[in-house]
Amino acid sequence: MSDPVLTVRGLRKHFATGGGLSRAAAVTVRAVDGIGFEVRAGEAFGIVGESGCGKSTAGRAILRLIEPDAGEIVYRGQDVRAASGAALRALRRRLQIVFQDPYSSLNPRRSIGRALAEPIEVHGLAASAQEVRARVASLLDEVGLPADAAERYPHEFSGGQRQRIGIARALSVEPELIVADEPVSALDVSIQAQVLELMRRLQAQRGLSFVFIAHDLGVVRYFCQRVAVMYLGRIVEMGTAAELFGDPLHPYTRMLRDASPVPDPALRGRMPRIEGETPSPANPPSGCHFHPRCPHAMPACRERYPEETRVGGRMVACHLHGPGGG
Amino acid sequence: MLWYVAKRLLAAMPTLVAVLTVVFVIVRIIPGDPALTVLGDQATPQALAALREKLGIDKPLLAQYLDFISAALTGDLGRSLVSGRPVINEVVAVLPHTLDLTISSLVLGTVLGVPLGVWAALRRNRLADYVIRIVSLVGLSFPVFVSGIFLLMVFALHYRLFPVIGTANLSDLGDRTWKLVLPTITLGLVMVAYITRVTRSAMLQVLSEDYVRTARAKGVPARLVIRRHALRNALIPVVTVVGLYLGINIGNSVLTEIVFNRPGLGKVIVTALNQRDYAMLQGLMVIYCFLIVVTNLLTDLAYGLIDPRVKQA
Amino acid sequence: MTMRILARLLQVFGTNKTSWVGLGIFAAICAMALLAPWIAGSDPLEQDIIAKLRPPSGEHWFGTDEFGRDVYARLVWGARISLSVSISAISLALVVGGTIGLVSGYVGGRFDMLVMQAMDVILSFPALILGLIIVALLGPSQTNLIVAIALTAMAPFARIARAPTLIVKERQFVEAGRALGFGHARIIFVHVLPNILSEVLVMASLWMATAVRVEASLSFIGLGVRPPTPTWGGMIRDGFENILDAPWLCIYPGLAILALIFSLNMLGDGLRDATDPKLRGE
Repeated sequence: MSDPVLTVRGLRKHFATGGGLSRAAAVTVRAVDGIGFEVRAGEAFGIVGESGCGKSTAGRAILRLIEPDAGEIVYRGQDVRAASGAALRALRRRLQIVFQDPYSSLNPRRSIGRALAEPIEVHGLAASAQEVRARVASLLDEVGLPADAAERYPHEFSGGQRQRIGIARALSVEPELIVADEPVSALDVSIQAQVLELMRRLQAQRGLSFVFIAHDLGVVRYFCQRVAVMYLGRIVEMGTAAELFGDPLHPYTRMLRDASPVPDPALRGRMPRIEGETPSPANPPSGCHFHPRCPHAMPACRERYPEETRVGGRMVACHLHGPGGG
Repeated sequence: MLWYVAKRLLAAMPTLVAVLTVVFVIVRIIPGDPALTVLGDQATPQALAALREKLGIDKPLLAQYLDFISAALTGDLGRSLVSGRPVINEVVAVLPHTLDLTISSLVLGTVLGVPLGVWAALRRNRLADYVIRIVSLVGLSFPVFVSGIFLLMVFALHYRLFPVIGTANLSDLGDRTWKLVLPTITLGLVMVAYITRVTRSAMLQVLSEDYVRTARAKGVPARLVIRRHALRNALIPVVTVVGLYLGINIGNSVLTEIVFNRPGLGKVIVTALNQRDYAMLQGLMVIYCFLIVVTNLLTDLAYGLIDPRVKQA
Repeated sequence: MTMRILARLLQVFGTNKTSWVGLGIFAAICAMALLAPWIAGSDPLEQDIIAKLRPPSGEHWFGTDEFGRDVYARLVWGARISLSVSISAISLALVVGGTIGLVSGYVGGRFDMLVMQAMDVILSFPALILGLIIVALLGPSQTNLIVAIALTAMAPFARIARAPTLIVKERQFVEAGRALGFGHARIIFVHVLPNILSEVLVMASLWMATAVRVEASLSFIGLGVRPPTPTWGGMIRDGFENILDAPWLCIYPGLAILALIFSLNMLGDGLRDATDPKLRGE
């Protein structure tokens, strides 16, 4: 087990809406409410959950694209939250992001070549214009795009191709860790496989670590070694992908897994539904956030938020598995 | 309803104070000592000092500012440096003329502009639409003094239909109306052009909305659809433009009044500027700001009448 | 890059025939202004008291004014003033106002609110009145005229630059720029600016018409460029005194002003219709 390269502890981000001069009542949305995890070198760490659980916010908070309210983010011994100026810029090189929407993540007025060259130039990674061009060409090649793509504009490419360009752009600064925020959710299923395959290959070739955010369990299972399940701003279970989906401890994980289509004929016919809807993160239920939808809810679940407990190599926050339960 | 009005007045306060502050600053920037302007350069230093004290301009700037704001808000707008008469009196003397012109051009603009705009929207991209669009564009492109002069030349000088000198006898309705015709047409032309265009684009927008299509699909006769559904909603931007225009009108009034030799607020402003009558200017600006606030308020109230959603907000 | 812009312009114009007419008239007036020294025929400042107030004739195409100056020559030279003042003023307003709106929209928060309130205050004055006040304060001269009109037009430009900035800054490629470590200046001017340019340029063409109108109006009131420099508004002002005897003194400059403003309005309209996504869809 290699040492963790990224350590996150107690990450918190609340959004305040309304109040003040607005007519709406003041409401705090607890998007990320105290999460912590570790990512090891060369590992793909997945964060999974339904919409509104705060996973995208968490991903951005790690990179300080959204400033966290509280928490510790340490990358290779460096305090990410404290960095500023040149140190922050250096960190920006090592921690990159791939976005979800291929149609808005590229500047429509810039050619692909310019879009890829710009980060290289800004960080001074090439000595001459020629070298910049060479790097751009090799990036395009690495993501499987033709060299003449450099002269063309985003609107001339398909969604899947644009995602590749987005990946190439992230790679242009030679990062070590990439936060992938739902990188394939906006793509057709057949294209998803291709892009995922590309990312897998890049991971192996460049030794990248990933924080892979998604709502699709199948994708996460394919790509990630370890996974955290988020619900309403908190991590409810965390462990290896095999453990989590093979034998889910938290009822929410189980619900997610069961609802995710599995190509196993033996399981056909048994299709449990997802119970209920995710409540609003502005107004989470008391105690364990999941208790209104949980088939195993106990009185304790309504009163106290369960502590995080270690079960085997995993972490789970559930009264069923906590010190009080069994 | 009253609550709504009060809320809007309150909301307008900061802007009002801001504008008053700008007026204060601008007027104080005018180079020249007002006391000197009034008394002439033969005046003794004592006389100058006395006048300065009387006018209150020897006090520190902050004190002047506070005096100004509190006076303005209570309705005391000072006295003209040139005539010595209270600003309010001068304004009230010319106000009826300006109001006549404003209201009549507004009425003309609406009465002609709205139907034309609706018609153009209904006949979209057909000949009528193109003609209306071009004509309204021409109407917009006429600076008021140019159209005023052309109208003057044709109807007053050549055909002798209307008078050239425009000071109306307020008590004589006939004379008043008579002298109003050409200026109204001049100002009204621009108004018609604006309103036609705004009505047209608003109607087009509304006509393509789903609920209008639904009504049509349900077989509701076209005329009913237009009157009951489309027109009401299309009127909202029209009311906005009208509200805006009332404010812009002052600029055009100045020109019209010069061309037709009519008394009015516009002429008063220009005269005050030329004479460096800065007390008058200050008072005039205050009145103008107040008018803007009132206009905005009326516009908002009109929204409230047309669009029931607004009142709940 | 320039080829792209040209291609886009042609595409935009091709769809709308009215804008071609507007462009044509505007180009003709520009040509007239540029070629003034050659096509004016006579010196616009040259007085000839004997020949004063002559109606149009073979010798003086548009007649003469009360100092015997050739109206046609003055008209041709007057185009220079109208065009140079309006183009300079609008360019200035575009750059200053546009930058204010761009930066304010990008920065957001309290700063944005304050700046926009300041702009609103300026906006609440109609163009002519504000121009009037400023020129009255600074004194009439070509530079002051340009500054006055630019100050008036600045506020709408700030607004028109701010609105799309608010939208564009939320787009993911802006976020990507931050993630890649780009500085704010780079993001604002290299990434956001090109994406709001079309709205701002449409505004510029529409406001050109207003600028010409304000310049002419101020000249008519007497606050324009000082005589004896010929300006269209000034010519009408002078001609107004002799309107009974010499109507041509007002007619020709009036028509010229009308033509210029009309062509600019057509241009602006055409541009706006062509770039408005809502109208395009229908």
